[in-house]
Amino acid sequence: MNNNVREIILKNNKKQKKSLDNVMPVIFFTAALISIITTIGIVLTLVFDALKFFRAVPFADIFSTQLAPLAANPRFGILPLINGTILTSLIAMMVAIPVGLTSAIYLSEFATEKIRKRLKPIMELLAGIPTIVYGFFAYSFVTPLLMAVIPGLEAKNALSPGIVMGIMIIPLVTSLSEDAMNSVPNALREGAYALGSTRLEVAVKVVIPAAISGIIASFVLAISRAIGETMIVTIASGSSKNFTFDITKSIQTMTAYIVEFTSGDAGSGTVGYYSLYAVGLILFVFTLLMNLLAQYISRKYREEY
Amino acid sequence: MECKITKNNELNVENLKKKIKKRIMIDKSAKLVFLLSALFALLVLGILIYRIFTQSIGWLDIQFLTSKLSIFPEKAGIFGAIVGSFLLMVIVAPVTIILGVSTAIYLEEYSSKGRLQTLIKTNISNLAGVPSVIFGLLGLTVFGRLLNLGSSILAGGLTMSLLVLPIVVVASQEAIRAVPGFLRDASYAMGASKWTTISRVVLPVALPGILTGSILALSRAIGETAPLVVLGIPTLILKIPQNIMDDFTALPIQIYYWTLDTVLTAEYANLAAATIVVLLLMLFTLNSIAIIIRNKFQRRY
Repeated sequence: MNNNVREIILKNNKKQKKSLDNVMPVIFFTAALISIITTIGIVLTLVFDALKFFRAVPFADIFSTQLAPLAANPRFGILPLINGTILTSLIAMMVAIPVGLTSAIYLSEFATEKIRKRLKPIMELLAGIPTIVYGFFAYSFVTPLLMAVIPGLEAKNALSPGIVMGIMIIPLVTSLSEDAMNSVPNALREGAYALGSTRLEVAVKVVIPAAISGIIASFVLAISRAIGETMIVTIASGSSKNFTFDITKSIQTMTAYIVEFTSGDAGSGTVGYYSLYAVGLILFVFTLLMNLLAQYISRKYREEY
Repeated sequence: MECKITKNNELNVENLKKKIKKRIMIDKSAKLVFLLSALFALLVLGILIYRIFTQSIGWLDIQFLTSKLSIFPEKAGIFGAIVGSFLLMVIVAPVTIILGVSTAIYLEEYSSKGRLQTLIKTNISNLAGVPSVIFGLLGLTVFGRLLNLGSSILAGGLTMSLLVLPIVVVASQEAIRAVPGFLRDASYAMGASKWTTISRVVLPVALPGILTGSILALSRAIGETAPLVVLGIPTLILKIPQNIMDDFTALPIQIYYWTLDTVLTAEYANLAAATIVVLLLMLFTLNSIAIIIRNKFQRRY
């Protein structure tokens, strides 16, 4: 028996180190790499097949307003899809930004703690509803409702999914803007109150300017969400490939195009199939730029207190 | 606010009072408008739930829950979709939790502050912003075609896992970061190695936070539709999936197809509503469990 304690500890430590302590970091590192591999995978799949599309279709055709992927003489103008995406996103922003920002102002500057504690979980609930449910809601409730008000509204249109998408995004704008407003130090508010300002004046002239970077970042993230949103527009805006600014008519977004084409019978290897990846690539770049812009804004223009 | 001062250096009190009154009135009306807009969310939620519940009444019964799909609305049921959603979770849960927690442990405990750590962190926050339909394209290409998994449960589950991975990573990171340093120090002082400290001290303390995040990720995965549609889940599957290599349908997919086909058969809207009720109840249960775990087991130091 060796009674030297130090030796026993050293021996035990060595045993332990050999086993798990050396292996686990490698396993964790590999797991962490999966997220990077996922990004690389996304970029590679999109770029690889999108290139085949860009090689097959001349650029002048891509930037045209003629889209007919399944016609005998297929046309692949992407402008109708970009137009549809911008149209629905704009409508969504017109709902989400005013309602989301004013809700945030109310929760952060006006509401008592009690009301806040009741309203916030409802916002979270709204944010947790799957988009397919919103899609069903847009198609089966909002569209008929709008049809009663707006004559000439088609059963599938850009307006209804735009509005519902805006409602879906309200919680995002509210919670991010409210976070930004909450991080404005109270000393600033109290200074303004001491000068005799009303709550509204404090909110508009002190809190919002101080929190503007976070608020703008929340708007940009909201736009990114609207651009990438799929099921609501797929269900409620139809699949018309016309280039139109008329929001009462059916349009198609980039995301809806991808869904329509993959759930259809487009054979792999055709130009139509590769067009999916081209649209996906443009969509990916759009949303990535928006997300990076939001991160940049909130980092660069943050006021430090 | 500029106050008009009269020639003999006195405040025009009347004028001032009027101005203050006006400002207070504007303030009060603004408060009302803001409150209404905050209540708008509540209103919409109320209408949405009311509409869907009333539409599902008479359709949501035991027969609906236990029957297979059918083109006849009276006979149709969502048993296959429930089994499909469940099997999907059987894949998503272990894959995301193992990958997500491991990534979080690496980022919080092992990685040194440097380019690689920043790269992984930025990458994860950007992945969280990638539209789900793009993950569908990734799944279609890599899992569906390259690995030849087709539109099986395995392909859907792996695609969904990658989609919700950032949620688990971020939640686990926060949970691990919230474990106070003195617990680690105490463990090291007892002679424990790094892995022993992480597995016996850090993870048990962080577990409630990790579980909450994982459940929220699962509830996102259950409701997500676009990636599965892009994977090419067939419209009508009459067979109940037996194992993870089978084709399947899931609750959101069923809602999608029934909503699209309301043009053909009006009753499909009721079936879609009934399925939505089932889906929402599942989400509600999951979220309640998450909240209970958060409130009951999360210790604060």
